[in-house]
Amino acid sequence: MAEIALPYLSILRVRFQLMLQYRAAAFAGFATQCWWGVIKVMVLAAFYAGHPDQPITLAQAITYTWLGQGLLGLMPWNADPEVSEAVETGNIAYERLRPVDTHTLWLSRALAARVGTTTLRVFPMVLAAGVLPPLIGLGQWAWAPPPNAGAAALFAVSIALAALLSSTCVVLLNVAVAALKTRRAANIAATLVNPLSGMIVPLALMPHWLQGFLFWQPFAGIVDIPYRIYFANLTGAAAWEGIAAQSLWIAVFIMGGRIWLERVLARVDMQGS
Amino acid sequence: MGEAALLGRYIRNCLRAQMLYPTAFLLRMTTQFTVTIVEFGGLYALFARFGHIRGWNFAEVALFYGVVSIAFSLCDMGARGFDMFGPQFVKTGDFDRVLLRPRSATVQLAGFEFGFTSIGRLAQGAVATAVALSLLPLVWTVAKAALLLWAIAGGFALFYGILILQGTLSFWTVESLEIVNAITYGGVEAAQYPLDIYAEWFRKFLIFVVPLGCTVYFPVAAILGKSAMTGLPEWLGVLSPAAGFVFLGVAFAAWGRGIAHYTSTGS
Repeated sequence: MAEIALPYLSILRVRFQLMLQYRAAAFAGFATQCWWGVIKVMVLAAFYAGHPDQPITLAQAITYTWLGQGLLGLMPWNADPEVSEAVETGNIAYERLRPVDTHTLWLSRALAARVGTTTLRVFPMVLAAGVLPPLIGLGQWAWAPPPNAGAAALFAVSIALAALLSSTCVVLLNVAVAALKTRRAANIAATLVNPLSGMIVPLALMPHWLQGFLFWQPFAGIVDIPYRIYFANLTGAAAWEGIAAQSLWIAVFIMGGRIWLERVLARVDMQGS
Repeated sequence: MGEAALLGRYIRNCLRAQMLYPTAFLLRMTTQFTVTIVEFGGLYALFARFGHIRGWNFAEVALFYGVVSIAFSLCDMGARGFDMFGPQFVKTGDFDRVLLRPRSATVQLAGFEFGFTSIGRLAQGAVATAVALSLLPLVWTVAKAALLLWAIAGGFALFYGILILQGTLSFWTVESLEIVNAITYGGVEAAQYPLDIYAEWFRKFLIFVVPLGCTVYFPVAAILGKSAMTGLPEWLGVLSPAAGFVFLGVAFAAWGRGIAHYTSTGS
């Protein structure tokens, strides 16, 4: 009897171990993000100690850091791995056969991926960086809630637009991969996205003379604009200007992406075996 | 053929293989350089705004930054076999084959793959160091140049030790432990700044547990003539990169225990 059950039991055990390992990987990612956040917060605090009068306060910069770690999943660092795979195997041709609009399909897939991973990751980060520190007397280092309901409501609009904007970037990267026929085409994205979104240094802390350009370039809408709306650094007309900038770039990226995709798919090569 | 010659041959083979696709190679290297140099630009932007960080100016911090970046990129280039040891060797059972060959397993793993694209980060570290050296009003002596190389060597040994420990843990966990990235990449991020800007517990962690402080912070502070900031006498700061080699020695000892424990995963 025990002998008959043995193979099933070992499969059960192996599946269970696999699942645990997967969860361990997710936990490792989360722990790394917390660790990273702690380092960045300490560095910012040390910089602010010398010159506390800045366009955003230290507390706001700290909240900015935690928002960035919690919402990391929204970043458009790479093309859709399935599209890259399809380009390299030649399955890209199937995209032509589907009775749906390719651009909309890719966009909704990118959006689902971004929203899915982010919602999974943001709640543990809220607990670890927002709820826990005040309880153990480290409130000054915490992820603070929005200062008022108005900021929270505008942030909800702006972060939704950020997710959409980021997804339109991913579709552009998909098209770039399809056009150049290598997934490396998307690698360069991080070079632009990281500094221009505010992921490396909050844009408000960049030099004064760059501010106009930084506000109106597309990638501010993924990180900097929604975050500044969150802690009420952009309020009223300025907040709406930010939301307008986001909407503008979403429209430009969707239209540009559609035209480019049409051209690329019109003369797509089939690769692979 | 001795072990060193064998390692040399591994390196030549890797380089030749990667050079078969020169465009892809150059592209990856350039991407790594631009991504990391942009981060260095971010550091400059912060100093342009704040002026200094607890009494350290941009040129001084750039030297910390350059040293840790160079040490890490050299290690990242040469320790890929240990980095990927879990999924590539233990999980697949390939380590059995490594052990069957009449050569040291350590040398075979060290030569498994050379990530020459790390030259991108190496170049960034070199740029940061060059910027620091051109801005600093330092009088260079042979002793100081030697101390700079000694600090880089210590940092390299330390990072290599971390990756060997990561590989060693895979004997038990089979999978690669991503959490180690928090210490490697996180360590690079943290050691880019002088440690006295951090909270006490974090500084102690980076001195006594993962001694990045000993391999970068103390010697570079000594080069800058600011040992007083570290609370450690200069002669001790000069000696401290040895901690990286001690760490590497401990890692090798653990690695030996791991190999002795290994019983193959089978398939």
